[in-house]
Amino acid sequence: MQLAILAGFILAGLAPLFHHWLGARTPLVMAMLPAGIAAWLLAQWPVIAAGDTLLLEWAWVPGLDITLTFLIDGLAWLFAMLITVIGALILVYTGEYLKGERDLPRFLVVIIAFMMSMLGLVLADNLVALFVFWELTSITSYLLIGFHHTDPVARKSAQQGLFVTVGGGLALLAGFVMLAQAGDSWSLSVLNERGAQLVGHDLYTPLLVCVLIGAFTKSAQFPFHFWLPNAMAAPTPVSAYLHSATMVKAGIYLMARLHPALGGTGLWETTLSLVGALTMATGAFLAIRHTNIKKLLAYSTVMALGTLTMLLGIGTEGALVAFVTFLLAHSLYKGALFMVAGILDHATGTKDVSAMGGLRRVMPKTAVVACIASLSLAGMPPLLGFLGKELMLKSVLAADHHGGLMLLLAFTGAFLTLAVAAVVSLRPFFGQRRDTPETPHEAPVGMLVGPALLAALSLLFGLAPGTLDALVEATVNGLGAVDPDVHLTLWHGINLPLLLSVASLVLGALVFRHWDAVRHRLAYLDPVIRHGPERGYEMLMAGMVYVAEWQTRILQNGHVRNYLVMTLLVLLGLVGHALLIRHPLEIDFSVDAYFHEMVVAGLMVAGALTACVMRSRLAAVAAVGIMGFSIALIFVLFSAPDLAITQLLVETLTVVLLVLVLFRLPRFATLSTPLERWRDLAVAGSFGTLMTLLMLSVLNGQRLPRISDYMVANSQPLGHGHNIVNVILVDFRALDTLGEIFVLALAAVGVHAMLRFHAAEYDAGYDLAGGRDDNG
Amino acid sequence: MESLMAVTIGVLFATAIYMMLRRSIVKLVIGLMLLSNAANLLIFSMAGMVRGAPPLVPEGLSAPPDVVADPLPQALVLTAIVIAFGVLSFAVVLVRRAWEVVRADDLDRMKDTDT
Repeated sequence: MQLAILAGFILAGLAPLFHHWLGARTPLVMAMLPAGIAAWLLAQWPVIAAGDTLLLEWAWVPGLDITLTFLIDGLAWLFAMLITVIGALILVYTGEYLKGERDLPRFLVVIIAFMMSMLGLVLADNLVALFVFWELTSITSYLLIGFHHTDPVARKSAQQGLFVTVGGGLALLAGFVMLAQAGDSWSLSVLNERGAQLVGHDLYTPLLVCVLIGAFTKSAQFPFHFWLPNAMAAPTPVSAYLHSATMVKAGIYLMARLHPALGGTGLWETTLSLVGALTMATGAFLAIRHTNIKKLLAYSTVMALGTLTMLLGIGTEGALVAFVTFLLAHSLYKGALFMVAGILDHATGTKDVSAMGGLRRVMPKTAVVACIASLSLAGMPPLLGFLGKELMLKSVLAADHHGGLMLLLAFTGAFLTLAVAAVVSLRPFFGQRRDTPETPHEAPVGMLVGPALLAALSLLFGLAPGTLDALVEATVNGLGAVDPDVHLTLWHGINLPLLLSVASLVLGALVFRHWDAVRHRLAYLDPVIRHGPERGYEMLMAGMVYVAEWQTRILQNGHVRNYLVMTLLVLLGLVGHALLIRHPLEIDFSVDAYFHEMVVAGLMVAGALTACVMRSRLAAVAAVGIMGFSIALIFVLFSAPDLAITQLLVETLTVVLLVLVLFRLPRFATLSTPLERWRDLAVAGSFGTLMTLLMLSVLNGQRLPRISDYMVANSQPLGHGHNIVNVILVDFRALDTLGEIFVLALAAVGVHAMLRFHAAEYDAGYDLAGGRDDNG
Repeated sequence: MESLMAVTIGVLFATAIYMMLRRSIVKLVIGLMLLSNAANLLIFSMAGMVRGAPPLVPEGLSAPPDVVADPLPQALVLTAIVIAFGVLSFAVVLVRRAWEVVRADDLDRMKDTDT
């Protein structure tokens, strides 16, 4: 399986090549990959149905306990099936939708890479592997939202989606690290068995908050819901696949996956059910305001994601059954509806539902598919959506916390969703025929297969819910329920959920009937909505840019001196802090030098100071030379003959070089003000003092055993040399010397190049030489 | 002796930094020279300074009979001296080129890429 996914990534990379050979048929051929994986998954069904889990082990980074182990239980199986089946259908759909698109190969590369990342995400057993796949889905999603990269709106939306989900990803990473520490394992299957240990751990609260931020941003929960509707800038297959059926459910998947490990506490239940319920109502409410069919569907996806989160928050067995049913129902009908939206967009040239009407005569097949899918969205019998909604209302009624509030929000969500479903299916296909920018026509077969199949499944599962029993049971088992016994039926008799459904039907019909009026009324709320979370995001971004500009102006202003002063001040602060405050300073200041040694030291100081105050360049170079030769003397006096020889040689060469070049250099000029000089003096003085103190305290500190003892002892036996320094240079640390030779060679090449270009300057003119200078 | 060297090295570092903070570009080069010398001296004297015991193995022996000066910092400093020379000669030629091309010796006037 791991190999299949890796092969998928390779295949994604090869997509342009395939496109070169196969042309427009490429997506169809590519669809074989997810179809094949789906077939393999189907073959594993007996194992899963028996309640077992499939563990495919593969060590990845053994030293760090990171494995690419795949774990297939009911939950992972359901998600993997959705990803592969809908993925295959989407690829078929894409073949028609993006026919003739120049960038089709690029699209295929990214969407197949996404598909594989998403599969990896739901199958991974290791937290690190899961996180890597998680981030991969964020990145591929970014590339897909921004597919039409020449459109500034698409670029902005893509960036927004990326920032929100990757920002949440950072929190998730922190959460995973804490989770692994608290549970003492990186494996999800192990962690899920250590629920009690995790819940009682000190890190539980911060860990849960971090993980939930990651899940909420990915799954567009309130207050992070705003990025999802904006992500509709992507081509429709992407919206159908990533932003309704799969990727946005990654957060839901994660919460479901960790439900046995982290669930069951008051914090988990309260947060999830309230955030979920709030998201549900917000999504449904915001959906009604829009006439763009993709935005309508996007907000209703937000609503569905909220519902799923809420059901996980309730956490009873009934709620988990409802969770699985609703999840499946939503993936089926929403995928179908998005593809229908793409068909409508293609056929009419507009996405505005209020501009469409009476299309059922021109596009009868599309109309049938849209109606079935919408009925499921609306939660009407006998479709799977009805089952999901009934179970949802039932578990909300049975919830033992915040029941009233959740019921209110759930009911609001339900009747508004009904209105959305009506708008999406009735508006474009029924009523009076309206003129659209393009003459509508029935969709080609390739575009109809996907939605038709998904809608048919909605209907089939709704009519015969018993077929789902085993799947739901296996999935609920993965969610941590003990020995679930699931019997789904369409008809539960006349009970409270049914009555609520009827009431929501009436209210929803009313909203649909007066939709235009409702929209106009709601327009009054626009100023309030504009101050919602998206405004917060924009202010955050603007603030970030402002701070970046401000600190660049301060820190990176192009003055070498500023960089130097900043670096030195930081160094002074950190080292000074460690030296003076963290460790008491112990200095044993004793001068046991001979007179001639003091004279040499004095010469050095005098040379250095003279070099600073001289106004003549020649005098300054001479003063530095005096200092350099004094250093050579120190080397002579203190047992370093090799150093003395080298220093003498280099010092001589330096003075020769400087004297040669000196008169081609500008004269010293006094450019700074006295105030600046005092400031520099203060910085330089404190740095010098710090170095002195540092050295004195090191001299007094405890000595570690010398590593050079080995070299002293082995220089002759191993290196066959009597000069230990030489043996070190050419034998023990020969690589250092090699590096040194490289540096010198590079410097020589650079010097040579700059001197050569000097000649070219006179031949080819000023500009050419100036341009080349940057490369030299 | 190390205490005396500590003070000397402190002065060397201070002068090096002061020169590197000047706006005149030639002074920057002088600062660079002072800095590399100060750093070399720091490494050398940090290991402990020993008089009259160079790290040599006498003929016919396999190891020095007495305590000798630590050879490792000497090897490091030797490398550093040579590299410092390479850097310095590169810097000097670069400064010369810059002066020829832009005729500016004030670092403040060279802060943009298109000076």
